[in-house]
Amino acid sequence: MTGVPILTIVTFLPLVGALFIIIQRGAPELVARQSRIIALWTSLITFLVSVLLWIYFDSSTARFQFEEQVEWIPAFRITYHAGIDGISLFFVLLSTLLTPICVLASWEAIHHRVKEYMVSFLVLETMMVGMFCALDFITFYVFFEGVLIPMFLIIGVWGHDRRVYAAFKFFLYTLTVSVLMLLAILAIYLQVLTTDIPTVMSTRLAPELQRWLWLAFLASFAVKVPMWPVHTWLPDAHVEAPTAGSVILAGVLLKMGGYGFLRFSIPMLPEASQYFTPLIFALSIVAIIYTSLVALAQDNMKKLIAYSSVAHMGIVTMGTFTFNQQGIQGAIFTMLSHGIVSAALFLCVGVAYDRMHTLMIDRYGGLVYRMPIYAFVFMVFTLASVGLPGTSGFVGELLSLVGAFQVSTWVAFLATTGIILGAAYMLWLYRRVIFGKLVKDDLKTIFDLTPREIAVFAPLVVLAFWMGIYPSSFLTPMSASVANLIEQYESAVSARVLPVPAVTVAER
Amino acid sequence: MPGILLLNLSVALPELFLAAAGLGILLLGVFVGERSSFRAVSWTTFGALGVTFAIVVWWGYSDSVIAFGGLFRADAFGVFMKGLVLVGSMAALVLSLDYFEREGVARFEFPVLVLFATVGMMIMVSANDLMTLYLGLELQSLSLYVVAAIRRDNAKSTEAGLKYFVLGALSSGMLLYGASLIYGFSGTTDFDGIAQTFGLQKSTPIGVIFGLVFVIAGLAFKVAAVPFHMWTPDVYEGSPTPVTAFFAAAPKVAAISLFIRVLIGPFGDLLAQWQQVIVVISIASMVLGALAAIWQTNFKRLLAYSSIGHMGYALIGLATGTESGITGIVIYMAIYVVMSLGTFACVIAMRQRGTAIENIEDLAGLAQTRPGMALAIAVFMFSMAGIPPLAGFFGKLYVFLAAIDAQLYLLAVIGVLTSVIGAYYYLRVVKVMYFDEPTVTFDPMSRGVAAVTGLTTALILLFFIWPSAVVTGAAGAAAALFSG
Repeated sequence: MTGVPILTIVTFLPLVGALFIIIQRGAPELVARQSRIIALWTSLITFLVSVLLWIYFDSSTARFQFEEQVEWIPAFRITYHAGIDGISLFFVLLSTLLTPICVLASWEAIHHRVKEYMVSFLVLETMMVGMFCALDFITFYVFFEGVLIPMFLIIGVWGHDRRVYAAFKFFLYTLTVSVLMLLAILAIYLQVLTTDIPTVMSTRLAPELQRWLWLAFLASFAVKVPMWPVHTWLPDAHVEAPTAGSVILAGVLLKMGGYGFLRFSIPMLPEASQYFTPLIFALSIVAIIYTSLVALAQDNMKKLIAYSSVAHMGIVTMGTFTFNQQGIQGAIFTMLSHGIVSAALFLCVGVAYDRMHTLMIDRYGGLVYRMPIYAFVFMVFTLASVGLPGTSGFVGELLSLVGAFQVSTWVAFLATTGIILGAAYMLWLYRRVIFGKLVKDDLKTIFDLTPREIAVFAPLVVLAFWMGIYPSSFLTPMSASVANLIEQYESAVSARVLPVPAVTVAER
Repeated sequence: MPGILLLNLSVALPELFLAAAGLGILLLGVFVGERSSFRAVSWTTFGALGVTFAIVVWWGYSDSVIAFGGLFRADAFGVFMKGLVLVGSMAALVLSLDYFEREGVARFEFPVLVLFATVGMMIMVSANDLMTLYLGLELQSLSLYVVAAIRRDNAKSTEAGLKYFVLGALSSGMLLYGASLIYGFSGTTDFDGIAQTFGLQKSTPIGVIFGLVFVIAGLAFKVAAVPFHMWTPDVYEGSPTPVTAFFAAAPKVAAISLFIRVLIGPFGDLLAQWQQVIVVISIASMVLGALAAIWQTNFKRLLAYSSIGHMGYALIGLATGTESGITGIVIYMAIYVVMSLGTFACVIAMRQRGTAIENIEDLAGLAQTRPGMALAIAVFMFSMAGIPPLAGFFGKLYVFLAAIDAQLYLLAVIGVLTSVIGAYYYLRVVKVMYFDEPTVTFDPMSRGVAAVTGLTTALILLFFIWPSAVVTGAAGAAAALFSG
C-alpha cells in the first residue's frame, strides 16, 4: 500500500462525485435520478476504499499510518498532513459507511432540489473524513469548520417548519466556540512554531498556558459533543433536519467533540486535562441524568432520541477522562456504537415520518400489526441503545463504567442510574409507537419496509450485533493507540509531580 | 546633470506611463465624440491599465529604490499593492461597461476618471514624503468625488458625491493639519528624515502626537474606519453600483497601503504612541460593522457596513506593528478585493426588466432561478464570514495570528466574536437565496459581469489549493517595509 495516497483518495473522492453531479444537465427528473445514482456510487466506492484502510491497518503500533505530508503554506510551516491511528480509523469508516446509507435513505424522501442535496452530502463527507485524517492543526480546522456550510444548507433547505431557526442556531452556536479554538490553535502555533499535530503532541506546554488552551478547546468540543449545558442546539437541529441530516449529525458530527478530546485535549494538554477532570465528570453526570429525565418527558420522537444522544455522549466524556484503558476504549466504542445505533434510530423515525408526516409519539401506536419487519428493526436498535448484552451498546457502556469505577465509585454509580433511565425512556418510546392497539384510522393502511429500506437497515443491524458479539474486531486496532495515549498522559502528569522544573517550549 | 539623475524616472515608470496614457485617452474621447466613445475609451483605458499592471509586476522594482530626491519609493510592497489596485480598477471598468449603457449614462469621462484615480492611488502606495502623500491622495479623491456623482441627474448619486466631497475635504484638511504639525516638529517632510528625527528622541513632543492623531484621522476617513465611517453607507448606496464596486476595492487598498507606509515608515519607532489609537479604531470598526449591518435591507448598504468591519480586521494587522501583522493585512486586502469585486458584480447582475434592484429580499429563491449566481454570492458571503475552506478564512487567520503574536489578546478575542456576529447577516443573505421561495427573476447577466463573477468565485473557492502564491508575495511585500 505504500506510495498510494489512500487517505487523500478517501477524503476527496466524494468531491469528484459532487463535481460530476454539478455538471449534470437536462430535465429535472433525469438530473435528480442521475444525481442519486452518482452520489450512491461515489459514496459506495469511497466506503470500499476506506475498508482497505481497515484491512491494511497495523494493529500492533500506535504510530500514525498511511501518512501523507505535502507542503501547503511553507511561509508559515503549515502542511497538508494526513494520517490515522487506532483512534481515528473507525471514525473514518463510520463517516464513509453512513454517507451511502444517508443517500439511500433520502432516495424517495427528498424529491425537491435533489442535485444540491446530493452535492451537499458528498461535500459533507469530504469534510468529515478530512477532519478525522488531519494531522495538521490548520488542515484540521479547515475541515472542522467546513462541515458547517453543507450542514447549514441541509438543515435549512430540506428541513421541517422551523428549519431556518434551527440552521442558524446550529451554525452560530458552533461557530462561536470554534473561533475560540482557532485562537487556541494559533497560540499553540506561536509557542511551538509548527501546526503539525504529532510534533505538538510531543511538546510540553507550560501548565498555566495549558489551562487557558484547554478551556478554549473545551468550549469548542463541548458544543460539538454536546455536553450539558451547551446541548440546546442539538434537539432543535435534530427535529428540523431531514432524516439523513439527523443521521449524519448524530452518527458523525457529534463524534467530532469526543474525538477532539482524545486527539487534542488529552495528549497536548495532559496537566490541564488532569486538573479539569472533576469538571468533566460533573458535567457528564449531569448530562447523563438530567437529559435522560428530559427525554422521558418528550412527545416528539426525534427530540427524545436527541436527548438520549446527549446522555450517551455524557458516558463518552466520562469514559474519556478516566485515563485508563477500559474507560477510553469504552468511550470510543460507545461513540462508534452510538454512531450506528442512533443513526439507525433516526432512520427508523424517518421511515415512520415518510409515511405519516408527523414526529409526534401519540400519533402512532400498534405499528407491530401492520409493520412486523419495522417493529423488529426498531426493537434491535432500541435494545442496542439501552445496552442489552449482545448488542453494541452493552460493550461500550460496560467498559466505560468499569473504567469509571476504577477512578470513582460515585461517578460510576451515578452514571449507572442514567443507564437505567435510558432503558425506561427507550422502552417506553417503543411501547407507545409499536405496541398497543391499532386504533388510529390513518395507521390502518401503513405499509411495511420496502426492499430499499431493508437495504438501508441491514448493514446497521449486522454491525450492531457484530460489535456486540465480537467486539475484538474493533477493540484490537485501537488498543495500541489508546495504550500509548495513556502512557504519554501518565508520564506527563507524573513528571510534574517530581521536582523537575517544567520543561517549557522551545526558545523563540 | 546630478539633478536629473536624482529624478530616477524609470522608478516611477508605471505611474508616468499611466498618466501619459490618460492624457492621450482623454483626447481620444474628445475627438471620437460623446456617445459612441464610451466603449472604445473604456477598452483603451483597460488596455492602458493592463500594460501598467505588466510593467509593475514584471519590471517593477522589488528592491527598495528611491526617486525624485526621496519623494517616491518603489519596493516589493509597492509592487504587490499596486498590482491589487490595478486589478481592482480593471475589474471595475469591466463591470461598468454594460451597466452605464443600460442606465443611459455612458460618458467617456468615467474611464478616464478611473484612470486618474488609479494614478493617484499608485502614488499613494509609493509615497515617501508627506507632500507625495497628499498629492496622491488628492488626485485620487478629486477623481472619486466626481465619479460618485457621475449620474448627475440622479438625486441619490449627486447626494453621494456631495457628501463624499464635503467629508472628504474635511478629512484632507485634518490630514494636512497633522502633516504640518509633524513638519513643524521634525523640520522635514521626508519619511526617512522624520523616522531619523523621532527615532533618536527619548520622549515624543506632545505636538507630534497631535499631528500623528490628525494624520491617522485623515487616513481612517479614507479607509472608512469607525468613527470616520459615516459617509460609507450613503456613498455606497447612492453611487452607481460599478462605482461602488470600484470604491470598495482599489481606493481601500491604496488607503490601507498609505496607512501602513506612514505608520510603519516614519513613525515606526512611535509604535507605543499610535498602537492604542489603531486598536480602538479597529475594535470600533469591527463592532459597528458587525452590529449595524444586521438591520440593513439594502444589499449595498449591508456591504458598506461589511466593508467597515473588514477594514477593522485589516487594521488588526496594523495595530501589531510587526512584520507578520503587515503580512496579514496584505493577504487580507488581496482577498478582500477579490471578494468585494465579486459580490458587487453579483449586485450589478440584480436587474429585473431593465431596472436595477438592490434589496436583499429580492434575492429570494435565487438558488432555484439562478443557481450559478446564488452559488457565487453564497461563496462570497461564507468567505466574508471567514468560514474555511474559503479564502476569507485565511485572511482572518493571518491577522489573528499576528495579533496573538503581538499579545493583543483582547483585540483577537473581540475580532473572532464580531466575526461570529457578522456571520449572522452573511448567513441571512444565504438563507434568503437558498431557503426562501423565488419571487423575482433576474435578467440575464452581461458577459463582462459574468466573467468577473466567475473568475472571482473560482479564486475565492479554490484559494485553499495553493494559498502560498498570495502568502509568499505578501510576506515579501511586508519584509520590504521592515528591511530598510
